[in-house]
Amino acid sequence: MGKIELKGVEKTFGNVHVIQGVDLVVEDGSFVVFVGPSGCGKSTLLRLIAGLEDATGGHIMIDGVDVIDQPPAKRGLSMVFQSYALYPHMTVRNNIGFGLRMAGVDKAERDRKVDEAAALLNLTPYLERRPGALSGGQRQRVAIGRAIVRQPKAFLFDEPLSNLDAALRVNMRLEIARLQKSLATTAIYVTHDQVEAMTMADKIVVLSAGKVEQVGSPLELYEHPDNLFVAGFIGSPKMNFATGDIAKKLGGVTIGIRPEHLDLSRERGAWEGIVEVAEHLGSDTFLYITVEGIGRVTARATGEFALKVGDRVWLTPKPEHIHRFDAEGRAI
Amino acid sequence: MARKISPAKTAFWTVIGWAAGFVVFFPILWMFLTGFKTELEAYSTPPKFLFFEWTTENYQTILHQRDYLHYALNSVIIAGGSTLLALIIAVPSAWGMAFSPTRRTKDLLMWMLSTKMMPAVGVLVPMYLIFIWLHLLDTHIGIIVLLCLANLPIVIWMLFTYFKEIPKDILEAARMDGATTWKEIVFVLTPMAIPGIASTVLLNVILAWNEAFWTLNVTTIDSAPLTQFIASFSAPQGNFWAKLSAASTLAIAPIVILGWFGQKQLVRGLTFGAVK
Repeated sequence: MGKIELKGVEKTFGNVHVIQGVDLVVEDGSFVVFVGPSGCGKSTLLRLIAGLEDATGGHIMIDGVDVIDQPPAKRGLSMVFQSYALYPHMTVRNNIGFGLRMAGVDKAERDRKVDEAAALLNLTPYLERRPGALSGGQRQRVAIGRAIVRQPKAFLFDEPLSNLDAALRVNMRLEIARLQKSLATTAIYVTHDQVEAMTMADKIVVLSAGKVEQVGSPLELYEHPDNLFVAGFIGSPKMNFATGDIAKKLGGVTIGIRPEHLDLSRERGAWEGIVEVAEHLGSDTFLYITVEGIGRVTARATGEFALKVGDRVWLTPKPEHIHRFDAEGRAI
Repeated sequence: MARKISPAKTAFWTVIGWAAGFVVFFPILWMFLTGFKTELEAYSTPPKFLFFEWTTENYQTILHQRDYLHYALNSVIIAGGSTLLALIIAVPSAWGMAFSPTRRTKDLLMWMLSTKMMPAVGVLVPMYLIFIWLHLLDTHIGIIVLLCLANLPIVIWMLFTYFKEIPKDILEAARMDGATTWKEIVFVLTPMAIPGIASTVLLNVILAWNEAFWTLNVTTIDSAPLTQFIASFSAPQGNFWAKLSAASTLAIAPIVILGWFGQKQLVRGLTFGAVK
């Protein structure tokens, strides 16, 4: 069991209001990702749940018990740090088993559980090594092993993949998602990488300036962003925005259209523009087009789209995919 | 790009380096040589450098007639005891200041260091009176506590600097793993800080071993360390230079040996944070 509820959680550092009244429910067994730009408070929120920071106000409930005054050890959560934070003077075996040792589990039982976790993570050959003799990916797996061996109520991941190279990151992303599903343990995962968020999460929490902007499944956020911030943050490349007369004509103070929802044509269309840059990725072509009255618009064409810099092109937004926002930036 | 250094330049600076080293080392060498002279030769003009009657008479005298071992043991007890006591106080203090600093931590550190700026003689009279009242004169416990307090600011500063270098994440990981504060210090912080603690210990032992002001003032016989032993050869009847030198050689021998084996740690300790 591991249902985590936040009720009006606040945190201030001096005069800075880092977390401003966050309410959130993380269902048992779900994989929730906190995502947002740097400095939005996502790591702080995770550390508040972990108990590594003291909340200034509000309540944190784990399985219905208010843990706001309890130290990290009593909360029954485990955490994977960005820096791995392994104990450099201990072998992999002792690193993974440290939590069990602190809990007073006897050696035989400890060894059995460590062996089990090591087998699950392909760490068995490295059990007697020290972290210094491991690669980045192996260290990350040790950190995960340390987290799972105690069978916590929930895993907390603080940007665990950002120190790994791109190829390894994709692998580990899959491995973590698979592991979480097979253990059916609640997980809260912090990242600034929205691809990680989209691919791993059951539910994404978008944060900005210490506030929750929107909570929803990846597709909900992609298809129905609540406001301009979420619309701009989720999706890659970013959504295009237009204001003024063009927006008014389409029924909003601001309108948004994703690059993949623009039809491209060399003959006719709604907006006329000049190709500024063309990125050919093989499977896709990203075109950066200057359109009068909007500015630079990103468009995504499937496959090869033979356009050169300086070519004239027409864009037509697909009507069913136009997002409309009011003067406050809320979705209409 | 590495700078080019000509062989002549290298030779020049090597000579300068050795010369400076020799100047610094000369008094110690002179002391060592004088210890093997007779009292008469120790005074001779012009001074004899190497060509004199080598004798071990001084060593025999101070070892048999004067109780070197008694003083040496006291030095060990005082240096060891005050270092141990300082560590017991300093490790948790430095831990607190390094990992849960408050707005006042910096001021507190500066204040502690400022106590080292005051000349010890300034507090001699009050300290002496306190020692009389508490019956601590010429006791091991008295001088141990005193030297511990005298060196505590430096010990805390050094440990603080080392602890600062330990990534906070690792201690937080221990906390998430269910370690109490005490277990965190014992199982995670201390093993990781061993090099730092070792050089702190070494430096503190040397400081306490060589400390002369307080040991000369508050000890006489029972708890008198080697500093008293050396000073006793400078008597009203005259200075016994040869015996004084032999005694000094014996007094610094243990610490020189310790320092020799620990010099790597010591240099690292003294330059810690200055170079990576």
